[in-house]
Amino acid sequence: MISRLKTIYLAIIFLFLYAPIGVLIAQSFNASRYRGHWTGFTLHWYESLFTKERILDALSNTISIGIVSAVVATLLALITCLALREVGKKTRAMFMSVANVPVLNADIVTGISLMLLFLGMGMRLGYGSILLAHIVFNVPYVMLCIMPQLLALDKSFYEAALDLGASPFKAFTSVVLPELRPSIFAGFLLAFTMSADDFIITYFTRGAGVDTLPTEIYSELKLGIHPEMYALSTLVFITIAIFVILFAINRKANFKAEDLV
Amino acid sequence: MFRSIKMRNLFLAPFCVWAGIFIFVPLVCIIYYGLTDMSGNFTFDNLAIISHREYYSSLQLSIILALVTTIVCLLLAYPLCLILVDKAKSVGTIIILLFVLPLWMNTLLSTMAWQTIFERDGILNQVLRLLSLPDMTLINTPTAVVIGMIYNYLPYMVLPLYVALSKIDKSIFEAARDLGANSWQTFSKVTLPLSLPGAISGITMVFIPSLTTFAISALLGGSKLLLIGNVIEQEFTVEYDWHLGSALSIILMIFIIINMVITLVFDKSTKEDEN
Repeated sequence: MISRLKTIYLAIIFLFLYAPIGVLIAQSFNASRYRGHWTGFTLHWYESLFTKERILDALSNTISIGIVSAVVATLLALITCLALREVGKKTRAMFMSVANVPVLNADIVTGISLMLLFLGMGMRLGYGSILLAHIVFNVPYVMLCIMPQLLALDKSFYEAALDLGASPFKAFTSVVLPELRPSIFAGFLLAFTMSADDFIITYFTRGAGVDTLPTEIYSELKLGIHPEMYALSTLVFITIAIFVILFAINRKANFKAEDLV
Repeated sequence: MFRSIKMRNLFLAPFCVWAGIFIFVPLVCIIYYGLTDMSGNFTFDNLAIISHREYYSSLQLSIILALVTTIVCLLLAYPLCLILVDKAKSVGTIIILLFVLPLWMNTLLSTMAWQTIFERDGILNQVLRLLSLPDMTLINTPTAVVIGMIYNYLPYMVLPLYVALSKIDKSIFEAARDLGANSWQTFSKVTLPLSLPGAISGITMVFIPSLTTFAISALLGGSKLLLIGNVIEQEFTVEYDWHLGSALSIILMIFIIINMVITLVFDKSTKEDEN
């Protein structure tokens, strides 16, 4: 009885979480341009997606800003975390809380304050200002991923490598870096995801003519979304879903293997 | 890991410069704009505007809706996480992944899908009519905005709560039961206090974005339901009154700081309990 209730509860929450996604996917196959009116199945929007330059531009901006901001944020976070490992506990906590300000602050405040800064510096708002803003909010996410693993790292391996005659750089790349790889990778992915999904901060730091997917969607909302946008979102969502399922199957196989041993 | 303190400080320098320019100065900018008028004179008038009825009522509405969202998220997520930690670890992880997956659908698009569901001739009402039930008017109501916020922020409550609950050593529950606690006592005296840190970070992660959003309320609340986020956005993009918009942002920051202080106090007290 109770286990039945649990299953029903899980099912209701699943329905709640996937209902809008189902609506969006259905919309991408809907022959009608208008929301909520089903007039037949079509693949037309998937074809015309590749002729919609605005959407493709926004997509390429989203991807390039996502990758560049994640790479720069990861590098800055990595060298900062390396240095923070060697300072006192109190100093480290202080640095971490300063770094965390963009995470804890409301997006709208971060976006507005950065806009005021960029305009105050005489910068023109556009691709560059969006990129800088994304690096700003990405750095703390990467630091939060790297710092715990770096603190747990045993320093003696690094020192052993130095004693055996490795240069500090060589010792770092062949001893420390491999240990940190999972958290660097996780930080990078988190940063990319945050960048690709950010709407509010981009909205305030973008200039005329430069859009990422979220701001492009927002400006389309007033006149009605181009159905190609549903097609694109469906493609993106399904790609990520496949990755997640593969990851889950892989994990399950690992768990089974552990059980056998 | 560095041969000298000098070397270490060299690694720390980029971040210090970075944080100075992109974290500290922007906050100074917003405070400067919030506390000056058009001609640059110091004034508290912008801050005082919050006592005007229209601003005050949208702040009040934002706080109420954010509180409701946070409480509902907590009430939905808690039983969910309890069910998930009971399952085998491999199954639990897969279900958690499925819960996080919707986060990758763009926030604006999924919120717009809710609009399609809630509209006057939307999917919900079409289903209700099929079942010959009366229509429901949800679009442009606070309820619709709250549902939209719960949808978008529920995963932020589920994740920290799940992590906190799965860290609890299972043998503690057995010990409690061996010592004669019934299941309610085990829950209130063992599970609840141990999961508190997770719940608190979940509360912060849901409360702040729901207090400050403007996109969700713009899509599901219509033009009449203005949250404080919508008011600030309009000051910048429609009215071009940066001073007023900055002052309202300062007021939002005060709420964020209060929230952070409460979180810190709770965090400290749970840590002391552990010791």
